[in-house]
Amino acid sequence: MTKEELLSKLKTIITPYVQNTKGLESLNENTDFIKDLEINSANLVDVVLDVEDEFDIQIDNEAMEKMLTVKASLLVIEEKLEAK
Amino acid sequence: MTKKEIIQKLPYTKPFLFVDEIVEVNEDHIKGNYTFLHNEYFYKGHFKGNPVTPGVILTECMAQIGMACFGIFLLKDTWDQEAWNVAMTSSDINFYAPVFPGEKVYVEADKVYFRFNKLKCNVAMYNSKNVLVAKGVVAGVAFKNNIEK
Repeated sequence: MTKEELLSKLKTIITPYVQNTKGLESLNENTDFIKDLEINSANLVDVVLDVEDEFDIQIDNEAMEKMLTVKASLLVIEEKLEAK
Repeated sequence: MTKKEIIQKLPYTKPFLFVDEIVEVNEDHIKGNYTFLHNEYFYKGHFKGNPVTPGVILTECMAQIGMACFGIFLLKDTWDQEAWNVAMTSSDINFYAPVFPGEKVYVEADKVYFRFNKLKCNVAMYNSKNVLVAKGVVAGVAFKNNIEK
């Protein structure tokens, strides 16, 4: 899976939880889920669960805590996909 | 943890405790009940001369049984009232029948998921005639107090 494909899938997953749609239009690696997209912190859990389902991976507490930005999330997903 | 201990560990007290009894609890679901007293504080204003239990209070009752009690059970010994807080993070409830002063309500909650200290449940409330009062989905989180506070 290319980085673009990963990003596109991640964008689809986070879209229902985004409050600031302008942040979604300019989505990039440095986008912060809470600051830039105004995702409710409790919905970060839903993002993580949706990521698990989409990519068929298991995300532990440590990895979950890192997943606050697009960049960090892509890194976690790539790591977990490689470890499969 | 006994069912009574769960209630003792709740972070609420009167006049905002809406749990009398937990009758059943396991990893997947919980059942409990509460009897609304005739002198609950909100009946004075809701409504003028016509006391009816507010929907937000029914939601709170479902959340206290279906999330707070259930969450404390699921967290087991990790839960410590001094060090943790709870917060409701979403609710989507439909209401089907009114609840009047003195009525006993029965709450059932089925776990959708419990991950990263967030609990999401399908909840339903019935009255003593087994008529559906309210039904929907609630979610909440348990989190540690900010020590710097």
